[in-house]
Amino acid sequence: MSDGVIATVLIALLGGAMRVSTPFMFVALGECLTEKSGRVNLGLEGTLVLGAVTAYATSYHSGSPWLGVFAAGCAGASLGAIHGFVCKLPRVNDIAIGIAMMLLGTGIAFFFGKAYIQPTAPRLESLSLGAWTGDAKLATALQINPLLIVGVLIALFMWWAFANTRWGLLIRMSGDSAPAARAMGVSVDLVRFLATAAGGFLAGVGGAFLSLYYPGSWNQGLSSGQGLMAVALVIFARWNPLRCVAAALLFGATGAIGPALQSVGVTQGYYFFNAAPYILTLLILIGSAGSKQATREAPGELSITK
Amino acid sequence: MSETLCDVGQKHFEPSPLRAALLRLRRDSEYIAIPVLALLVSAAAFSVFLLGVGKSPLEFFELVHRGGFGSAFSLQNTLQRAAPLILTALAVAIPARIGLVIIGGEGALVIGGFASAAVAIPMIDRAAPMLTLMIMAAAGALVGGLWIGLAGLLRHARGVNETISSLLLTYIGIAVMNFFVEGSLRDLTNPNKPSTKPLGDAYMVGKIPGTEVHWGFAVGICIAILLHILMTRTTFGFAARVTGGNPRAAMAQGLPVGKLIVICSMLAGACAGLAGFFEVAAIQGRANASIAAGYGFTGILVSFLARHNPIAIIVVAIMFGGIVASGGLVQRRMDLPDATVLVLQGITFVILLVSETLYGRFAFFRDDEGRDRT
Repeated sequence: MSDGVIATVLIALLGGAMRVSTPFMFVALGECLTEKSGRVNLGLEGTLVLGAVTAYATSYHSGSPWLGVFAAGCAGASLGAIHGFVCKLPRVNDIAIGIAMMLLGTGIAFFFGKAYIQPTAPRLESLSLGAWTGDAKLATALQINPLLIVGVLIALFMWWAFANTRWGLLIRMSGDSAPAARAMGVSVDLVRFLATAAGGFLAGVGGAFLSLYYPGSWNQGLSSGQGLMAVALVIFARWNPLRCVAAALLFGATGAIGPALQSVGVTQGYYFFNAAPYILTLLILIGSAGSKQATREAPGELSITK
Repeated sequence: MSETLCDVGQKHFEPSPLRAALLRLRRDSEYIAIPVLALLVSAAAFSVFLLGVGKSPLEFFELVHRGGFGSAFSLQNTLQRAAPLILTALAVAIPARIGLVIIGGEGALVIGGFASAAVAIPMIDRAAPMLTLMIMAAAGALVGGLWIGLAGLLRHARGVNETISSLLLTYIGIAVMNFFVEGSLRDLTNPNKPSTKPLGDAYMVGKIPGTEVHWGFAVGICIAILLHILMTRTTFGFAARVTGGNPRAAMAQGLPVGKLIVICSMLAGACAGLAGFFEVAAIQGRANASIAAGYGFTGILVSFLARHNPIAIIVVAIMFGGIVASGGLVQRRMDLPDATVLVLQGITFVILLVSETLYGRFAFFRDDEGRDRT
């Protein structure tokens, strides 16, 4: 009996990790890209929410969820572009702008989102990778959204590109030493602008996953701090895209603890388990922020670690 | 010869005290002119937004005026809502002086409000109302102070970014309150909304005599003035501002940087916790999800608009209190969603921060002084 319970919980955790981790992954990858170029975008929480409502509305009106994903990316990219453009002005602080963009993104999303709380939009289909197991629960847990695979591929690409491509090197140089980049004739502002806009695109796609796949509807409480946690994740992942994926999976599993325990009838402390991801994030930050490794691997220009 | 020239120069260019004061006024007016300009541009940008969604900006601003400031009733409603805004803005402003960007006021408000409701439960109908309220206020301020103090401590001891940690603590604070309010401290006689046991009328904070505004507004103003004096007229405030300007220099001078950071964070959290106490003891009468009404987030904008000056915060908080107070009227009359106020705040915040780039760009605020020197 207890074996069965543990198996159920573990399978639910696995399924939860698969489902819940994707938005973390996209936001963390976007933030990773932006921070590698030497800028912090704390506003990705707003981007995530705006992406979610844009995707839902586009999917509802066009009937195509993938068009919704693209629209969410574009909405995220425009918020990122505003952030990237504004931050290059002298005396403008990227952390404060991030807070402002978080409020603005959430505000716009809630404003236009009110009309979409009721209607049902076409959702993204999932791929069944678990049919071979012959176990219904495991098969459900292994229903994977294509976006998860896309996210992993993007992470692999970023990991490769940072080390092996011209653009990857330009981004890292802008992030590690702006004077050096300028001396090489690189427009640091342009690199950071593009990196912030692209990071916003990824975060927007993460929002599309929230509204079009899991939980798969739109409401104002859809993302409560997931964008912010993803930003903290990047520090934990020490600015490495592959570690961002691993950290996102870990977070997905943590977020699934509450629902997983509920599925076996443990309802005590439901709200405590709701708080678990935030507490874990804080503990991870405490553990990783002051560490020597994090200090060594942080992009030199980053204001968040100073 | 050259000496005489110099003397003449001295006499000629030494401005009289009155003139010097006027010059200073002109220089300082930059800190008012640019935020006001940013507000006007924000109003214009928000008008464009309203036109874009097919609503009339004129009607909007007319309704904000009527709903927030138009009558004695609406003005009192505004002041009532300004009270938590003053306190949550102070929760941003005090750490800002020491160089921290703390945005967790909402969490300290919620956890402080919840703590004050929780300590009141065993005291209702047993202890005197005044004593109960004092203990509630102290509990709210203490728990709020510890909450943000933790963010300051982590910042100093472990280099954890205080902006992220304070916002994480906000989510944790709301979850902790929900945990108790839906669990062990839930008032089972109230099936509609999970809440703690009601305080009852005898245990509520009263109104300022002659008004409908609760005492939180007066307390907020007093605390703002006290903190202003603390930050500008005391050794503590001076040390804090030195640390904010250059932490390394402060450390080299032997200032207790860590202690200063933690104390400033705790003061900030205590302000927000008090705001939570007043929301519980003067407005809601119990702790429930309604106290997380976003005052902590609006307070961030208020503090930035006031350039983290406690006295200016009072004025700006009243202004935004009016916008919040008129929200219901605007929603009903113009059929706008309640997030309209959020959009307005977001636009204002972005434009305000962009306006930072304008400081020092206008010759008007400096040329007189410049002419005197040459």
